[in-house]
Amino acid sequence: MKTNVIALLSGVIFGIGLSLSQMINPNKVLNFLDITDTHFDPSLIFVMVGALSVAMVSFKWIRKLSVPLFGENFQLSTKTIIDKPLILGGIIFGIGWGMSGYCPGPVVAGLGLFSLESVIMIAAICAGFFAYNVFFERNTR
Amino acid sequence: MENFTPISALAGGALIGLSVTVLLLFNGRIAGVSGILNGVFFASKNDRLWRWLFLLGLVLGAWLFSISLPEFNVPRQNYPLPLLIIGGFLVGFGARLANGCISGHSVCGLANLSARSLVATGAFMLSGILTVYIIRHVVDLAA
Repeated sequence: MKTNVIALLSGVIFGIGLSLSQMINPNKVLNFLDITDTHFDPSLIFVMVGALSVAMVSFKWIRKLSVPLFGENFQLSTKTIIDKPLILGGIIFGIGWGMSGYCPGPVVAGLGLFSLESVIMIAAICAGFFAYNVFFERNTR
Repeated sequence: MENFTPISALAGGALIGLSVTVLLLFNGRIAGVSGILNGVFFASKNDRLWRWLFLLGLVLGAWLFSISLPEFNVPRQNYPLPLLIIGGFLVGFGARLANGCISGHSVCGLANLSARSLVATGAFMLSGILTVYIIRHVVDLAA
């Protein structure tokens, strides 16, 4: 129960953060990626600086705990190898990000603005998830 | 640079940092939106409710902000549909292949000093910059 309330609260704060920083606006993201244009908008870097200046300090402190305050255990990625799927996946993601101006956080948050684009994007992203799972299952057999 | 908003970007970013801190400190989970969304379909049954609630919170947070400041963020319209459909598919597929998206790698992963997340972030940025250059300045698909 407590962890469910925390999940909701964390989502609400994230949604407000995406709204205040205007990262919920895909054109602002595209203007960040458009580095050669006069419309270039470096705001996204400042969002990352803001987020990391909080999270780098807090994560360092949280890592000293053996268990989270409410949950059963910490579920962090244990992978350390820089492999082809990581790089290829990053490139494919970047192409989709540059085409649409959306990454998954702002897509979901955009539902709160009743954005039709969010509905389309969520369907397309989930299609990508399903395609990956089909592809991945074939590869591991 | 006419739309550059450094103060609200820093403040909004700090809230995102607070959000990922809360989820990790209390629940031990990484606030990576693509992983959370994917898990809604593919995680084990008893590992799904908190995911729905996080996503609901994300929608609720944006909605609460928009009713307080209605003019701050206005949904985009008339963007080419194929760019959304193909772009969305690639975002979903790529995020699974790379094991994370911007929130998972570029916020949580970097905060956790992960070399994998640094590489993923570099790939997202370089590939995104090149793609925008092509669609805006080479083939002129989107203004």
